[in-house]
Amino acid sequence: MRDVAVVSVAQRQTKALTDTTEVELMVPIINEARGAVGLTQDDIGFTCSGSSDFLAGQAFSFVHTLDAVGAVPPISESHVEMDGAWALYEAWVKLQMGGVDTALVYSYGKSSPGSLKDVLCTQLDPYYLGPLWPDAFAMAALQARIMLESGAVSEQRLAEIAVRSLNGAVGNPLAVRSSAAATIDSVLAEAPVADPLRPSDCAASADGGVAVVLAAGDRARELCERPAWITGIDHRIDPHQPGVRDLTRAPSAHKAAAEAGVGADRLDAAELAAPFTTQEHILEVELGLGPQTAVNAAGGALAGHTMMAAGLMRIATAARHIHEGRADRVLGHGASGLFLQQNLVCVMEGE
Amino acid sequence: MAERLRADLVLEYPFTRTTGPVIGAFLTGLREGIVLGIRRFDGTVLCPPTEYDPETSAPLTELVEVGPGGELVSWTWVDPPRPQSPWEQPHGLGMIRLDGADTPMVHGVLVGGPDELSVGMRVTARWRSEREGHIADLEGFVPEGAGR
Repeated sequence: MRDVAVVSVAQRQTKALTDTTEVELMVPIINEARGAVGLTQDDIGFTCSGSSDFLAGQAFSFVHTLDAVGAVPPISESHVEMDGAWALYEAWVKLQMGGVDTALVYSYGKSSPGSLKDVLCTQLDPYYLGPLWPDAFAMAALQARIMLESGAVSEQRLAEIAVRSLNGAVGNPLAVRSSAAATIDSVLAEAPVADPLRPSDCAASADGGVAVVLAAGDRARELCERPAWITGIDHRIDPHQPGVRDLTRAPSAHKAAAEAGVGADRLDAAELAAPFTTQEHILEVELGLGPQTAVNAAGGALAGHTMMAAGLMRIATAARHIHEGRADRVLGHGASGLFLQQNLVCVMEGE
Repeated sequence: MAERLRADLVLEYPFTRTTGPVIGAFLTGLREGIVLGIRRFDGTVLCPPTEYDPETSAPLTELVEVGPGGELVSWTWVDPPRPQSPWEQPHGLGMIRLDGADTPMVHGVLVGGPDELSVGMRVTARWRSEREGHIADLEGFVPEGAGR
């Protein structure tokens, strides 16, 4: 295996980018990520992005966004209709194949112009679930009630996770929801938005984008004082139909964590992309995170969730912990599916 | 600031699909007013049925009739109802494990309010009078004893 590291990251997230196109959003982010390590697009061996045509309301919408990269002269490029965490996985595989030493990965989402709840319904199967148009909050609520009724989690624990996000997000420029004053009691006093889920159990929807530069071996050491070496990365999937698995568990997250070697050593920080407190709890259990690991210390995905970018943002945030010397071993996580069916785990270490 | 240009955009999927031997049978069953599940190799029954075992990927073929009664495994309350959904009134959304099935299916639970819902309660299917082989042929589930 080649040693591959995250050497640079840039991200932006806000409540709504009303008058900004995806191209205008991504130009400064991509420039910042490349510029921070002195690269131009000519120096990038492979470019891969993640975004959703369903959010943009247009087929092949990612082609437009290539204007933010600079695709002339022609570049080697790919796209996934998935969270950018999976674009990073593809770029990592490309670097493993050899032939290129650097890669640019980016993703973005702008859900504010439309109805995210409707868009999320389009990922459901078209026979059993799709025609019922159940929204994502209601589906997560079905999972939450099973967790609460079975004792897999308590309302108190969910409120603790919500408060951790609200308090931790204070001062984080990427967070769109924060509160220094939030307490377990104040969260438990909220009226349910999708019974039994309260507003603070559900991630705050955001618009935004993120770009990451990967480099292999000595090239990474040239570009970055302290590269975030990817020591394990894996992604797995559980069945689509919610009834066929124990919804209090996420076997795919457990398997991905095991394959990525999460438990091999102490983890200083974990950045999880779960859009609900219930799912953040499941991930903590499946990934085996203990009290020595700071989970979503600056609010995480609950404090701002950009569809299609939330996972890559978590990996970028985790990598920054390494770059800035705050941590030696970290985890970034990406997810997809209304019941947390798809999970990607990326473990990174500093030297 | 320049005036923003606006245009309506209708997302659609203008194709027809064949539904295959399992989903097709399930939908045909709905048209006839029955619910079908499918037996896995360990003897348990999946409802709604899938063509392949979700764990082993082995093809599944033995359809069995389940329901129409069952147990509410989980629920939430949907108010206001979703504009594209089959329901025009606030309603429960539930996971219902039908008698004879081992897995729950997601569908509407038609009661007056969330106070009337509880995990473990008995419900039964309510059918539309005109059915066309669609998941919404099932109008939803109602508490047992609450009528057809």
